[in-house]
Amino acid sequence: MSANDRLLEVDELVVHYPVGRGIVGTMARRPRETVRAVDGVSFTLERGELLALVGESGCGKTTTAQTVLRLLEPVAGRISFHGDDITSLGQRELRPLRRRMQIVYQDPYESLDPRLTVRKAVEEPLVIHRAGGSKAERAELVQDALERVELSPPGLFLDRYPHELSGGQRQRVAIAAAIVLGPELLVADEPVSMLDVSVRAGVLALLDRLRRDGLGVLMITHDLSTAAHFADRIAVMYLGRIVEEGPAASVVSDPQHPYTKALLSVVPRRDPRERTRPQILRGEAPDAVRIPAGCRFHPRCPIAIDDCRRIDPALEPAGGSDHMAACILAG
Amino acid sequence: MSSLLELDDLHVWFDLGEGRELHAVQGVSLSLDAGQRLGLVGESGCGKTTTVLGLLGLLPPTASVSGRVVFNGKDILAGGEDSIRPHRWTDLAIVFQGAMNALNPVQTVSAQIVEALEVHGSASGRAARSRVGELLEAVGIPRDRGNRYPHEFSGGMRQRAAIAMALACNPSVLVADEPTTALDVMVQAQILELLDALCRDFGLALLLVTHDLPVVAQLCDRAAVMYAGEIVEQGPVDALFHDSRHPYTRLLFAATPDLHSDGALAAIPGAPPRLDRPLEGCPFHPRCDRVFSRCPHEHPALKRLDGDREAACHLNDVPAEVA
Repeated sequence: MSANDRLLEVDELVVHYPVGRGIVGTMARRPRETVRAVDGVSFTLERGELLALVGESGCGKTTTAQTVLRLLEPVAGRISFHGDDITSLGQRELRPLRRRMQIVYQDPYESLDPRLTVRKAVEEPLVIHRAGGSKAERAELVQDALERVELSPPGLFLDRYPHELSGGQRQRVAIAAAIVLGPELLVADEPVSMLDVSVRAGVLALLDRLRRDGLGVLMITHDLSTAAHFADRIAVMYLGRIVEEGPAASVVSDPQHPYTKALLSVVPRRDPRERTRPQILRGEAPDAVRIPAGCRFHPRCPIAIDDCRRIDPALEPAGGSDHMAACILAG
Repeated sequence: MSSLLELDDLHVWFDLGEGRELHAVQGVSLSLDAGQRLGLVGESGCGKTTTVLGLLGLLPPTASVSGRVVFNGKDILAGGEDSIRPHRWTDLAIVFQGAMNALNPVQTVSAQIVEALEVHGSASGRAARSRVGELLEAVGIPRDRGNRYPHEFSGGMRQRAAIAMALACNPSVLVADEPTTALDVMVQAQILELLDALCRDFGLALLLVTHDLPVVAQLCDRAAVMYAGEIVEQGPVDALFHDSRHPYTRLLFAATPDLHSDGALAAIPGAPPRLDRPLEGCPFHPRCDRVFSRCPHEHPALKRLDGDREAACHLNDVPAEVA
């Protein structure tokens, strides 16, 4: 596959948020501080691929995804969609692209308008984008989207309101509304974390099928077990950077970065005989206003050496093929 | 039986108005020995939180409760609030999911614990302040951080503060309702490590309420699985995972992702039944993959099986070769 045909390519993305100084800070002319939420993130996503962006809260995974969709403005870096640089397109130029990249949020209770029936909720994106042709053709697209998310027969669901649906059904409606325009890229931000265990697997299997049909999926999750099951590749973020990236099986079974190793070691296993030997990191990640010099993980790293205070490691090949880690001691 | 804490045939009904009611807890019995760790697991709406709120007499006035809560051989539910109050916090303490709700936002963490000690007559003045220092250290908060306000704490520190407060009066049972649910995995590991150490070092008995099976599998000795207001299976966690005697337990584990197993995950089709109308037969039969003729009509009782366990499933009456 040529680079030009690549669905998504993100290169050295940087996103900052200003920190409010407060009235006292403003009058005292204290320097403005910034949160370096995303601090040099690069990755690619192909058609039919599911990439899981994992990490703890505040690591920048959601900011990364929202910036990729141009819902937030980057300070630096480049976002290419099908080889076209979309980093600095204006809102008007973005409009035709919007229907090709869609997002599903964590909470289907909030993302669906309680006053809209399922029919209206799934039809709305078509109306907004003046897509889908005549009313009858739109109705057909809505039915088709509901079939694809396995709300069938669609007739059973079309006239229901969100409060009449279970959590899993609501999330399926949200996915139907996201795919009705036939996007090529779907960002799924913690798509199952609000759902009960018994229905999670069904929604994830649905995303998996959409991926097989050619959709590129960028899944944001804090749940490594879910990523291990459903992702083709996993990228682990810490404090605004990807610190490790590779094929899911390889990252999970042969982690190269000490942060990934620690993170994997504390995931509880469902079999009581598989007693985990957690390697618990003390404290919590520092805030992204004061990112440590050198390797940003060194203050919490169990194996840090002197060089780690000075060298900010780049993501380089480590472990198996296509596997990379940002650690001078990896490999 | 001389368990530390016994829950016997607990029922909870919520009045929905217009003569309707919701039968949220339908005859739950549990027992907890000193120092034991019991997980109460199930999905949202199964009645696990209502069960522990009933156990502690913390349900709202719209709820009616029947059954017995026996602590050290004495029924503490019988006399209503008057008979429970002397035991709440001093013998049975609770930690909730959202630690922010348990802490007063306009009082420093230390001041709140001092107040708790004084209200319950455990200590006052200088003795109380020195006890606060010990408690904070026991949960991993540096003593000098006690004079901060809850909003100055991270989520993990707040949960530690809530645990310190629960331990203030030396309870013998700690009830923890989804104590790590809103936390990141590393902070969750820190809190689970803390609960583990507290149980070991102080002989605390733990009743852990959660939807998270792996957490129970790793932290608890035994677990009780709830579905539609009832316990459908209970036993040692190892037996529940490796040799479950109720299809719901088996299917719930099979729907739970695991880091190193590549088997397909299977969702459980359908949804739990509504509890505002009477149920017929086994509450799980519409979703069960082993349903047979008896299931839609006969309600299975929770029966004692070999290996110190109980399950409510007609399949356990069927000889193995037929099943």
